[in-house]
Amino acid sequence: MTTTTAASAEPGERTVRKSSPGAARGPRRTGRIKRIGLPYLLLLPALVLELLVHLVPMVIGIVMSFKELTQFYIRDWGTAPWAGFDNYSVSVHFDEPVGEALLHSFFVTIGFTLLSVGLCWLIGTAAAIYMQDTFRGRGILRALFLVPYALPVYAAVITWVFMFQHDNGLVNHVLHDQLHLTDKPSFWLIGDNSFYALLTVSVWKGWPFAFLIVMAGLQNIPGELYEAAALDGAGLWQQLRRITLPSLRPVNQVLVLVLFLWTFNDFNTPFVLFGKTAPEAADLISVHIYQASFVTWNFGTGSAMSVLLLLFLLVVTGVYLLLTSRGRKTADV
Amino acid sequence: MRRIRAAAAGAVTITLLTAATACGGGSSSGGSNASPKTLTYWASNQGASIEIDKKTLAPELAKFEKQTGIKVKLEVVPWSDLLNRILTATTSGQGPDVLNIGNTWSASLQATGALLPWDAKNFAKIGGKDRFVDSALGSTGAEGKDPAAVPLYSMAYALYYNKQMFADAGIANPPATWDELVADGKKLSKGGKWGIGAEGSNASENIHHAFVFAKQHGADFFTADGAADFTNDGAVAAVKQYVDLMAKDKIIAPGNAEYAQNQSVSDFAKGKNAMLLWQSAAANLKSQGMSEDAYGIAPVPVQSGTPGTGTNVNSMVAGINLAVFKNTKNLDGAAKFVKFLTSDAEQKILNGAYSSIPPVKTAQTDTAFNSPSNAVLKDTLAKSAAALPQVADESQFETAVGTAIKGLFADAAGGRAVTTASVKAALEKAQQQMPKK
Repeated sequence: MTTTTAASAEPGERTVRKSSPGAARGPRRTGRIKRIGLPYLLLLPALVLELLVHLVPMVIGIVMSFKELTQFYIRDWGTAPWAGFDNYSVSVHFDEPVGEALLHSFFVTIGFTLLSVGLCWLIGTAAAIYMQDTFRGRGILRALFLVPYALPVYAAVITWVFMFQHDNGLVNHVLHDQLHLTDKPSFWLIGDNSFYALLTVSVWKGWPFAFLIVMAGLQNIPGELYEAAALDGAGLWQQLRRITLPSLRPVNQVLVLVLFLWTFNDFNTPFVLFGKTAPEAADLISVHIYQASFVTWNFGTGSAMSVLLLLFLLVVTGVYLLLTSRGRKTADV
Repeated sequence: MRRIRAAAAGAVTITLLTAATACGGGSSSGGSNASPKTLTYWASNQGASIEIDKKTLAPELAKFEKQTGIKVKLEVVPWSDLLNRILTATTSGQGPDVLNIGNTWSASLQATGALLPWDAKNFAKIGGKDRFVDSALGSTGAEGKDPAAVPLYSMAYALYYNKQMFADAGIANPPATWDELVADGKKLSKGGKWGIGAEGSNASENIHHAFVFAKQHGADFFTADGAADFTNDGAVAAVKQYVDLMAKDKIIAPGNAEYAQNQSVSDFAKGKNAMLLWQSAAANLKSQGMSEDAYGIAPVPVQSGTPGTGTNVNSMVAGINLAVFKNTKNLDGAAKFVKFLTSDAEQKILNGAYSSIPPVKTAQTDTAFNSPSNAVLKDTLAKSAAALPQVADESQFETAVGTAIKGLFADAAGGRAVTTASVKAALEKAQQQMPKK
């Protein structure tokens, strides 16, 4: 694929270059500038926006991470004294409380993300494969599956908060009063169980996206493959392993990456579930950094933590892309 | 073409520069009168709902507009958002002209330098500092500095008790000491009902009680020079005594560990709990359908003796202050508005509506504030309430220690032991999270 595009682009460029020297000076020169300049000019609005929306705040964030930014300086943060690498060293001293809490939060987030992405993918894929067969009511079911994805996050999560309540919540009512699975009503929004509450909501919210993407991916697998496999005597399991999953690979690569990034950085779900300070067992890194910045007013430390998180995600994404693209090249060969 | 390129480069530079300066924080000017006909006012949510607050305040703002010709744009901000909203406004410089702040935040917000200092000249514009009660002035900013705000509503904690439930349990008088409260609570905690309620997941509420308990143990959470001191024996004993009401004495329902939205007030109004420690709850209870004859009101218990100063402090000085953003575009109008809201007439109307006590001396003597329930609150404010530490780190202290207590309540609710050691460990961790000096 790549070679073809490169080849087709090259001759095109050469023609441009060839035609220009042969032309007379003056008006044609402007023509050349126009031809070279125009694409850049057209790109300019996007560039400016990108600069303003992403790059400038990012640079400001990085500058802040080197400052001693507390409530004394937030009014005019430029005047905050330089802190050098203090904010970073506080964040990575894992035997001291701030670093220790950050590391704890990091591991909680990793565990949570792996579980959530795994479950979202599993449920989404299973549902998409199941929905491939036509049956009565498929359309309605498909639409219902997408409801969690379509609901506004706040409304959805606050409903979960009601359901998870200790005294009047539906979850305890079902688990304890009706099914008698627990000997006393459990706490879901405080204490250790909060991790499972968070995971439940995250998966409930996330799997329809996986379902949607995998369903789209399945449409691209030619039916003949299955027919041929069936003729060769391949059972359902073998068809899934040898045809469906390999064909879905490119789709899954993107899906897993996107789900990973979203889940890792998810702020809305824990914030609505637990408020400004999450229980230790469910202390996701996004809320943790928010707390460092906006609740304890240590904006410098919060910025340093954000930069560290950004670096981590860059590395993970880079390695992931490298691995998956290498896989694709071998597959092409 | 070159011109276009130059123009484009210019445009980028200009946008970048504006972006950079916009992020540079609010202007440092000390207010002006550039738009003398309007004011923006952020009121904190005082009543049972934001709608009720709007209804209460609208006629008063109309009155002000009639008197001065200044239109006040009102926004009622829920408590949970208020501090963050103020912080954002401070950073961007795009805040309201006049705003309500929780009085415990005075010193923290003062440290940002965004609020107009109330020096003698500014106080003169609203009738002088002497009009206000001393205890209320005690929580308007750090000691030795000009106040960052003016007291608006004063409140104190009291013990609300359900008369019928007390009578049914054969208890004649409300408890005056904690031992009595625990003994009464045990009699009352049965059949799905509980002795007393708590807001275990509300950091501020936890702090208010921990502070009072600490005072009663002769301790404080800060040293005299303002350094955090969360693990002294008195502070540890104080926090433990509070959490033990659930953990050891079992007179608070475990479910209260996750309360943060004033559910304990509803529980009390519904007769699920026999007692409630709350500040100025009358209006709230009324809006939830509990009639005033159904409950009695008594001072918050002490360890022994009667409430007073020192170790017999039984309430924090609670309340709302009124502040002016330094970079207001209507400095004179803002001063007029503060004068209006703190005038005797308005103080009577608003404090009446919110069942709080006027921090203005002359308004406080009004007969409307002489009901038995108000008498308890007034007495507490005058004799046995103390202001929370007026230090710049106060808001961080509320979060760190308040959250530590939330964790301890979660332990108690989950059946984990709450010991002196576990309380100390939680407070130790909270202290280490405080900004280093």
